[in-house]
Amino acid sequence: MAAILAILEQRDGALRKGAAELMAAARQLADADGGTVDAIVFGSGNVGGIDGLGAMGADRVLTATHAECAHYCPDAMVATVASIAGNYRAILTAATATGKDLAPRIAARTGAPCGMDVIGVAMQGDAIRVTRPVYAGKVIQTLDLAGTPVIAVRPSAVAASSAGKAGAVETVTVPEFTKRLTVTGVSTADQGAVDVAEARVIVAGGRGLGDPKHFALIEELVAAFGGDAAVGASRAVVDAGWIGHGHQVGQTGKTVAPELYFAVGVSGAIQHLAGMRTAGTIVAINRDKDAPIFKVADYGIVGDLFEVMPVLTEAVKKART
Amino acid sequence: MLPRLPTSDSFTDEPYPALERETVKIAVCIRRVPDTTAKIAIGPSGATIDPAGVKFVLNPYDEFAVEAAIALKEAAGAGETVAVAFGDDSVQETLRTTLAMGIDRAMHLQGAPSTDGLANARVIAAALKDGGYDLILFGKLAVDDYAQQTGPMVAELLDLPCATAVTSLTIDGGSATVEREIEGGTENASCALPAVFTCDKGLNNPRLPSLKGIMAAKKKPLDVTPVTVGDAQSTLVGLALPPERPAGRIVGEGAAAVPALIEALTSEAKVL
Ligand SMILES: Cc1cc2nc3c(=O)[nH]c(=O)nc-3n(C[C@H](O)[C@H](O)[C@H](O)COP(=O)(O)OP(=O)(O)OC[C@H]3O[C@@H](n4cnc5c(N)ncnc54)[C@H](O)[C@@H]3O)c2cc1C
Ligand SMILES: Nc1ncnc2c1ncn2[C@@H]1O[C@H](COP(=O)(O)O)[C@@H](O)[C@H]1O
Repeated sequence: MAAILAILEQRDGALRKGAAELMAAARQLADADGGTVDAIVFGSGNVGGIDGLGAMGADRVLTATHAECAHYCPDAMVATVASIAGNYRAILTAATATGKDLAPRIAARTGAPCGMDVIGVAMQGDAIRVTRPVYAGKVIQTLDLAGTPVIAVRPSAVAASSAGKAGAVETVTVPEFTKRLTVTGVSTADQGAVDVAEARVIVAGGRGLGDPKHFALIEELVAAFGGDAAVGASRAVVDAGWIGHGHQVGQTGKTVAPELYFAVGVSGAIQHLAGMRTAGTIVAINRDKDAPIFKVADYGIVGDLFEVMPVLTEAVKKART
Repeated sequence: MLPRLPTSDSFTDEPYPALERETVKIAVCIRRVPDTTAKIAIGPSGATIDPAGVKFVLNPYDEFAVEAAIALKEAAGAGETVAVAFGDDSVQETLRTTLAMGIDRAMHLQGAPSTDGLANARVIAAALKDGGYDLILFGKLAVDDYAQQTGPMVAELLDLPCATAVTSLTIDGGSATVEREIEGGTENASCALPAVFTCDKGLNNPRLPSLKGIMAAKKKPLDVTPVTVGDAQSTLVGLALPPERPAGRIVGEGAAAVPALIEALTSEAKVL
């Protein structure tokens, strides 16, 4: 019987998005041989949302409370997870900035293999078989991980499902640890803005916008989608200083897999595609009918974005009311 | 940015190790990878890519690490920068590139890296352990294996503080402050040196090797040490090409095509 540990993230005392997807991945592994899933949550006090973890598939919810865990505290987390790792067949984190920082540290501490940005997990005899994109998504690698591997799962890889488990809350002790790194704070740039890595819809602008002020056209379409859409960008416009690096999609930016991706005045260079080719539906708007973006787009409009975008924004508003 | 001597209130009767280094010693771990524009084909074994026609370069994220090392040493006024690569003899060319950029000397850990990131990290950690480095820099990820683990694993093995994917790094005396991008914000963190950092885009603008640098690189030391890598707990099953996206279609031209797009998004893709 396989017991799986899923490490959930919180910020400011509330569970982060993606908890349900991570729990679904954990459940998938555990259910392969009738096993159980423990969710572990670190915080400095109560964490909002943990009462929903049973419904997402947690048999037990382990709360690890320590004053240092108000912010991300990798040293406390590694020490705690290492102290209980022996009970598990696999340890899962989300493949977020935080999860990817944490996973290799745990693996090195416990002497286990580590699989990052995993898009598929399955039991394979004594090992856990993972698939993951390599070479900027041009190749998919399959690995068998022995021992108790630490696996960072892409949030978009597994669909959330409801499992209706008990989610019984138990406390776990944070052992003595040496704090080597102190997170002093988190600044959220635009309050309320959705991060491209977490958005359902992304509207990405490229050099075709011609001028930083024309990002307004992008923002208006984002606004038309309401609260779960985000502004994306190509590297060309980030390097030109038109918009912050946090918006960059691609090999040196973020890897995204939204349900819907608009590429507006983006040529579709291979390094841009690396970051978005697994999006659900891709729409391209470009005046060059030979632009490489049309090769990956499900739907394309050949035309001047300045003419198309205002009409499209109005049409989306209407379609969504 | 300037690494400084300890201030007077940090003086003790004990010899203070930082005093012995008014200079800064930095290791940069680098990897040789296919150029990101290369078309990748899978070799006949199904276990490696076909290297035919592929140009190999310094991993783009390692350029940020190399630049940071050179700039930090310049800011300190004195010290030593060392580039470290574990791999077959082809990595010597990549090490020379870093020497041409301005790194002082190179260490080639000669051997065959494993698919197990931890086994590789152990080789690198062993080579760095007694080097007396103030900083050990890595790229955020290698654009071939996307393993994203070598840096933080080496840090853990050497019991050093570590911050990954830093977009800002400031050294002040014996401590460092960093910024890293997280979903929806920027995380600020600090730690004491020595420490390990992995470098992300935004940290700096890497310099190109100058002609003078290329000439000088030929005379800089490049030491070769044979190494053996331990057992792998992570084994490669195979490589495959990702499923092709089904062919899409152009719904029309200009603003007149918007209704057709909305229709497709509503009834076919069902995403509106
Ligand atoms: C190591 C490395 C890493 C990289 N990483 C990334 C990355 O992470 N992300 C990334 O995006 N790029 C990355 N790049 C850069 C990439 O190669 C391209 O240079 C970049 O993506 C181009 O950006 P763009 O599409 O905005 O600009 P361009 O390629 O200049 O394309 C602009 C497009 O806009 C269209 N256009 C112009 N005017 C209009 C109009 N009025 N209406 C409609 N369409 C119009 C044009 O037809 C053209 O297709 C990387 C490059 C390297 C070497
Ligand atoms: N074989 C290697 N030799 C030296 N450094 C390496 C090697 N492989 C990876 N690295 C370093 O570790 C970083 C992350 O690589 P990876 O963990 O493979 O994604 C790279 O950017 C390099 O700085």
